[in-house]
Amino acid sequence: MEFNTFLIQLLNGVQYGLLLFLVSSGLTLVFGIMGVINVAHGSFYMIGAYFAWWLAGGLGSFWLALPAAIALTMAIGLVLEALLIKRLYRRDHLSQVLLTYGLILVFEETRSILWGDDVHGVPIPAILSASIPLTETLSYPVYRLWISAVCLLVAGLMYWVIQKTRLGMMIRAGSANREMVQSLGLNIELVYRVVFAAGITLAGLAGMIASPVSAVFPGMGNQVLIVCFVVIVIGGMGSVKGAMVASLLIGLVDTFGKVLHLEIGGLKLLPELSSMTVYLLMAVILLWRPEGIYGRRL
Amino acid sequence: MNANRIATAALLGALVALALLPFLGEKFTVQICTKIMIMAILAMSLDLLLGYTGLVSFGHAAFYGAAGYALALLTPQYRAANFWTSFPLAVAASALLAIVIGFFVVRTRGIYFIMVTLAFAQMLFFLFFDTKIAGGSDGIYIDVRPVARIGAWQPFRLDDFMHVYYLALVLLVLTYVLLRVILRSPFGRVLAGIRVNEHRMLSLGYPTFRYKLACFVISGAIAGVAGYLSAVQFGVVNPEMLGWHLSAAVMMMVILGGMGTLAGPAIGAAIWMLLELGLQSLPSAGGVDLGKHWQLLMGGFIVLAALLLPNGLIGFLDRVRGRRDESHD
Amino acid sequence: MTETVLRTQGLTRRFGGLVAVKDVSLECRMGEVHAVIGPNGAGKTTLVNLLSGDLEPSAGKVVLGDEDITGLAPYLISKLGVGRSYQKTNVFLPFTAFENCRLAAQSRLASSMRFFRPALADREVNAAAGRALAAVGLETRGSTPVAELSHGEQRQVEIAMALATRPRLLLLDEPLAGMGAEESARIVTLLKGLAAEHAILLVEHDMDAVFAVADVLTVMVNGMVLESGTPGHIRSSRAVQEAYLGSEDAE
Repeated sequence: MEFNTFLIQLLNGVQYGLLLFLVSSGLTLVFGIMGVINVAHGSFYMIGAYFAWWLAGGLGSFWLALPAAIALTMAIGLVLEALLIKRLYRRDHLSQVLLTYGLILVFEETRSILWGDDVHGVPIPAILSASIPLTETLSYPVYRLWISAVCLLVAGLMYWVIQKTRLGMMIRAGSANREMVQSLGLNIELVYRVVFAAGITLAGLAGMIASPVSAVFPGMGNQVLIVCFVVIVIGGMGSVKGAMVASLLIGLVDTFGKVLHLEIGGLKLLPELSSMTVYLLMAVILLWRPEGIYGRRL
Repeated sequence: MNANRIATAALLGALVALALLPFLGEKFTVQICTKIMIMAILAMSLDLLLGYTGLVSFGHAAFYGAAGYALALLTPQYRAANFWTSFPLAVAASALLAIVIGFFVVRTRGIYFIMVTLAFAQMLFFLFFDTKIAGGSDGIYIDVRPVARIGAWQPFRLDDFMHVYYLALVLLVLTYVLLRVILRSPFGRVLAGIRVNEHRMLSLGYPTFRYKLACFVISGAIAGVAGYLSAVQFGVVNPEMLGWHLSAAVMMMVILGGMGTLAGPAIGAAIWMLLELGLQSLPSAGGVDLGKHWQLLMGGFIVLAALLLPNGLIGFLDRVRGRRDESHD
Repeated sequence: MTETVLRTQGLTRRFGGLVAVKDVSLECRMGEVHAVIGPNGAGKTTLVNLLSGDLEPSAGKVVLGDEDITGLAPYLISKLGVGRSYQKTNVFLPFTAFENCRLAAQSRLASSMRFFRPALADREVNAAAGRALAAVGLETRGSTPVAELSHGEQRQVEIAMALATRPRLLLLDEPLAGMGAEESARIVTLLKGLAAEHAILLVEHDMDAVFAVADVLTVMVNGMVLESGTPGHIRSSRAVQEAYLGSEDAE
């Protein structure tokens, strides 16, 4: 492989991985702090993207649409937690899975009713629409670099919160422990509500910033959810560090899997079976550490 | 003892009703019933895993779809497969898949188990959806139904909807009986122990991994029976048979009917299928085509059910009758 | 010459910076009750966990009979003839007392991969369960769900389950915890009777019971063995009195 091609794929892999991190960190945080598995988490990726498309079209500007979409998504998260999610904190995982699965159907159909089932595109904002030339023929889009930058910024913010705040202390202790939260002088109901809303907004944000490059389509939420699960299984539930490591691993494996050629004994493995690579990776991890690289032994 | 007699009487009554239905109902009703019975088999297979062993599998549809695809791939174009070979082979395919997937997933616990079962099922879904192995997203048609011939005699014809109905009924009864026998056996008691307190089972000397894996495989094989029947009934297989919407639906059937009761999930299957049918035939209201967007109301129903009915219909009825909620031994 | 059933050598367990069990070497012999006593936090339950396989040692060896069982999984250790009861009642609450014992007894079958005959048809397993229940005095309570039993009765089921696996070594972690005087007396008598055909390692706080039943005493403080010897020796040891017996738990 040529160096420039390699560089492009590397950047793509990292960008995809960082985006995955944005989505999966929200999911793992909510589970780590509140003990709730929210399988509708992927739907917020879709909701974020659709909001971005709808508001960008309506307001005429991606930069106006972004904060508006973030605010809207956060609001939905706060309401959802107050109405439904908070009833799940003491329930078993099965009930949580089913209830949030029901939410997926509600979100999907509502989206279908409001905006239909077509695929949409979101134009890349003008400021970021340039490309950095690598060779005479190859160049790399600035927008993709911007996506990675945003993800890194959010990751940095998360790092600061986790390492330097009382809330972060709780996250690091990995507890869904109400007493500990209260002893830290935090209003637990508020904390849970904000954490949930922040968690799903992370997914929504990822959808928003990804929309100009990956299109806005009905199945996008479910698609990303499954990969999120693989991230968490590999990285360990409740671990943000694990989510980062696993996301980058998957981003790179998936991206390179699609461009490499691998044939063993006449069987064409790559790129034909590239969609299976992340699952094979997961299978290997399961044999080695079933609770994930940074997961706690259950 | 009285409650047991009532339950047995109810089951036998239902059996008689099911046996007589084709003579009293129209073709459409018979076909719906066939579909319900197939789903009942699938739901009971998941109950073994979920209700009796406590393994929350979110990818159960994989074993259902695998058998259906096996039949489709075993069927030569424009000719019929042999029922007597294709049926065992399809079920074996599901069982084999369950061994392979089970080997990886059974070593996980709790939330991880839920996620990895879903992930592997989706892997299979994408394998069939994205590739040309079996018709991609369109699936494969089974042009000619399998033929069940013994010498010159055909005991039943799978292109006759009445015969398919009775085959489904027979397999439903056999599945129920088989599961009851298994649950009463030493193996079944180990499963029950694992559900209640796996740690204690380990300290008592049971290698629980093996038993969970065996349960996973049996459960998968029975799901394969349902998948084969479904492929026979509809003459088509597609990736949705492996999809997580079906996996979630089966979980709902088990919950609705009552986990760990075996008959409950069968009833849950009926409730679910009828609910689905009912919602799909709703008219428009307020400018929204409710029938087309039936999943909206279905989703709302699932949310409510998950909130209000943790023990399913049977648990709900038990509570109404004032009986304490206990596990079913 | 009584046979040594269990021997540990330099058994150590660390949790990060904390050393819960340090360099413990002891022996359990057939026909003997070896009691392990010490203040709370001395590492007694951790020691039992190390012996039953619930925890892996950081260092040291555990030998059962002739076999090195260090680091083996709990189910393997159980199969080799170690029965354990837990400090925190660890039973099958929804099942009847009989079923608890029956499931414990069933574990002794070569394999439970039997699918067709009913579990309850196995007369030997049923008999073993019945014997275990009778040994702890619960033969009339067999058909009651354990969740409905009193705390003391639940502790009895806990012991019965360990018995039903017909072990050579019994690891009993505070079996008398939460029991009334009458129940405790019954268990003490049971232990005296059991000692003949088992090796027993008993962790207990009830000093009356310990001195009534123990042949050997090991005193643990801060994860280490302070003293080990006959009850008389331990009772008269000044070090033990200062560290433990002299405080609240004297007779």
